[in-house]
Amino acid sequence: MAHPTVAVLERHLHLYRRLWRASVFSSFILPVLFLVSIGIGVGNYVGEIGGVTYLAWIVPGVMASTAFQMAVGESTYSVLGDFKWVRAYHAMRATPVGIRDMVAGWMLYVLLRVVIAAVVFLGVTGLFGALLSPWAVVTPLVAALVAVAAAAPVTAFAASIDNDSYFALLFRFVMIPSTLFAGVFFPVEELPGQIRPLAYLSPLWHGVELSRAATLGGAPPWPVAVHAGFLLLFAAAGLAWAVFAFRKRLQD
Amino acid sequence: MSKQPLQSLIHARGLVKRFGDFTAVDGIDLDVAPGEAFGFLGPNGAGKSSTMRMIGCVSMPTAGELRILGMDPVRDGSRIRARLGVCPQLDNLDPDLNVRENLTTYARYFGLSRAEARRRAEELLDFVQLRDRAASQVEPLSGGMKRRLTIARALVNEPELVLLDEPTTGLDPQARHLLWERLFRLKQQGTTLVLTTHYMDEAEQLCDRLVVMDGGRIAAEGSPRSLIETYSTPEVVELRFPDEADYAGKLEGIGRVDPLPDRILLYADDGDAAVAEVHRRGLTPSSVLVRRSSLEDVFLHLTGRTLVD
Repeated sequence: MAHPTVAVLERHLHLYRRLWRASVFSSFILPVLFLVSIGIGVGNYVGEIGGVTYLAWIVPGVMASTAFQMAVGESTYSVLGDFKWVRAYHAMRATPVGIRDMVAGWMLYVLLRVVIAAVVFLGVTGLFGALLSPWAVVTPLVAALVAVAAAAPVTAFAASIDNDSYFALLFRFVMIPSTLFAGVFFPVEELPGQIRPLAYLSPLWHGVELSRAATLGGAPPWPVAVHAGFLLLFAAAGLAWAVFAFRKRLQD
Repeated sequence: MSKQPLQSLIHARGLVKRFGDFTAVDGIDLDVAPGEAFGFLGPNGAGKSSTMRMIGCVSMPTAGELRILGMDPVRDGSRIRARLGVCPQLDNLDPDLNVRENLTTYARYFGLSRAEARRRAEELLDFVQLRDRAASQVEPLSGGMKRRLTIARALVNEPELVLLDEPTTGLDPQARHLLWERLFRLKQQGTTLVLTTHYMDEAEQLCDRLVVMDGGRIAAEGSPRSLIETYSTPEVVELRFPDEADYAGKLEGIGRVDPLPDRILLYADDGDAAVAEVHRRGLTPSSVLVRRSSLEDVFLHLTGRTLVD
């Protein structure tokens, strides 16, 4: 008998079948265009960073930030919509599907989307010769960690609000600054000392550093266990918040 | 697996639901037997939907005792819901899935295999007469079709107990009759139905037994017939007068008199005899209607208010 979590995952995959063509552009073609324009175009002016080409330097960053943006983007309107407009979670609530199944099924869906995008991205960047270490194969795993660490709290946020205009705040004040200042395009050491701790708080920065260590074959700035531990902590707290938010919304 | 036959699928004693200071359900007792069609009748805000949500294990009782299918909804919510079918007041169909997919996706929530889900969906498409719309999107369906699909969806797990919260509200008469006919068939198959309604005719059509709810309490309980017999008379005369004079006083002694803003109700065992008496007293109403007593009269008698519009 299928686990209720799997049934929830299936529903999301079923709906995705209708939109996958549109998502190929944003989750795959767009990051590649990014690499070509910034990595190669801007890279020609930048020269080398830490002894490697700028392209090789930003590939792991763009990969982690693609995972981050996909995870955040997927977990906004879709989640709120399934509460507010579609009421899909209210429908599930009347079945044996539990609150944890709803959150887990959704997270698995986001993970699947992100990991597939990461694997494709890895293949393409390999063709560009931008992967310098065999450790690069673990980057989809890092992308998965970043995805849950980002998607879980955003899902919880989306399940807590009643008005989609909050998402504009989330994009402007959380997602875009995170993407710009989390070591994707330049090292966070370039940031002023007072601002740098903000980058350390972003799950994306930890993901970027882990990915970069993997594709370039070096050691990340902090011990791997600390970076991974931070992401896991973020994910665990986000999941707990999501379960709480779903329960609060569905049960009285 | 052998199950002991349950005396009541729903058993409630002193059931209370509060939201902050507001008491939605104020200590009700209920027992619903297997195979019964049971109704909650009452105006909006009477506590019907809150009660239904507690029975459906999505709302936790504030106080009192509640057993559904012999289990505790707080501890065994998921196991109970596996054997319930719920048709909510607001349709929550998946608009991006087609009619058939709405059924199969929902069936999977109950752990049916893919093959079983497909088989069940085909059966139900026939049952609710949506076979020719199976591949259609949900949005273009009429209100009646969406409701039928919601009911079909509630039946995917072959539930022992089906909860219908205002199943025909907002539907045109033809769609309502089709729905009633399907629900009646379900009932004949032995499915236990519990429904809320604010339509008298719906309660009379479908329910073996019902409770009249008002202000979170049960005001009366019984079969539609017995409620009418207890709280009303076999016939009711509706009188309208051209002016605002106090006619109620002049009707005294003929039967119980209920003055409403636009008309006066006169309860009588024999309507025609009552009308004759009205005329004998020299009163000249502008219109006279003799009709059979209905649950509307029961509700009016119990609460002093009309039920809807």
